[in-house]
Amino acid sequence: MKKTILGLVCIVALGAATLSTNGYQVGDTAEDFSLMGVDDQEHSLADYEDANGFVVIFTCNHCPYSVAYEDRIIALHAKYGEDYPVIAINPNDPVSYPSDNFENMKLRAEEKGFKFDYLFDDGQQVFPKYGATKTPHVFLLDKDLKVQYIGAIDNSTEESDVSKTYLADAIESLRDGETPKVTSTKAIGCGIKVAKQ
Amino acid sequence: MKWILLSAILGFGNVQTNQVKVYDEFSAFESDYLSNLSGDTTYVINFWATWCAPCVKELPYFEQLRERNEMKPFKMILVSLDFKSKLEGVKSLIAKKGIQSEVVLLADGRASEWIDLVDSTWSGAIPATLVIKNNKRYFYEKSYESYKELEEDILKSE
Repeated sequence: MKKTILGLVCIVALGAATLSTNGYQVGDTAEDFSLMGVDDQEHSLADYEDANGFVVIFTCNHCPYSVAYEDRIIALHAKYGEDYPVIAINPNDPVSYPSDNFENMKLRAEEKGFKFDYLFDDGQQVFPKYGATKTPHVFLLDKDLKVQYIGAIDNSTEESDVSKTYLADAIESLRDGETPKVTSTKAIGCGIKVAKQ
Repeated sequence: MKWILLSAILGFGNVQTNQVKVYDEFSAFESDYLSNLSGDTTYVINFWATWCAPCVKELPYFEQLRERNEMKPFKMILVSLDFKSKLEGVKSLIAKKGIQSEVVLLADGRASEWIDLVDSTWSGAIPATLVIKNNKRYFYEKSYESYKELEEDILKSE
């Protein structure tokens, strides 16, 4: 009996270890979090009572790819935000990239007039759970926080060259009560900088 | 006018004119650098960008690696993923850092269609390095803190 329990513990521990390195896959249920936003309020997904899902985007100030997508993120929130709000999370270590510190997040949100919440993953506990590796990196969750899509916003960094709007298509599928046809895509992004131990 | 023209041709001051070929399509880059490879050559292909601080930090380690392997069948390609509008910035950075390795700019914005062709495990984050040895591929999605760390990964790719 003891052996069985030990074996079970090992399996559970192994499972947890794998999860922390690889993060969520499509179909997994995301954990809620509580993070400080640029409005100086703590935000949890549970607070968004009217939402039918969430567009969680790991993004930041310093990364040119994030900057290139800012206007598209603003437009997505304007179009779908009532049902599927954008939750932007900056996962970077502010010591490595001072332009990604909390004060600069506030400045950027103000400058660009972000209507969505821009949260700071202070202590870098949230992004590893998701398995985010870069900015921007999108995770679309449904109402039950089940991950429905992971990856890119669309298929080109240059807005004029976009021919596939992966994220918007996935949101519309969810809205129509369907499963997204494309559930994972890739894009080039800035590697997330982890604080030195 | 003559002076402006002359300056433009010679380049100002000590700015070295390092050629940077621009690829708008991944397929053209692939056929030039990832196809018909020689089995006895080690290829090290580093993906970087001027705006990526850890990428810029590790460039000298790659330069050192190329220098140390000069007498061997070895080829280094530094693939900038900067936007095409930043070409001059790429050129001035490699001149400033004294980079002699071959540098190209891959401007194909449809990365979702070519990331897997470099390596299926690549999430798309940079820096990232592809090593091809004996027609086998080894992929490292990481940044290097020292020359030694880079050299270890290259030696490990057997």
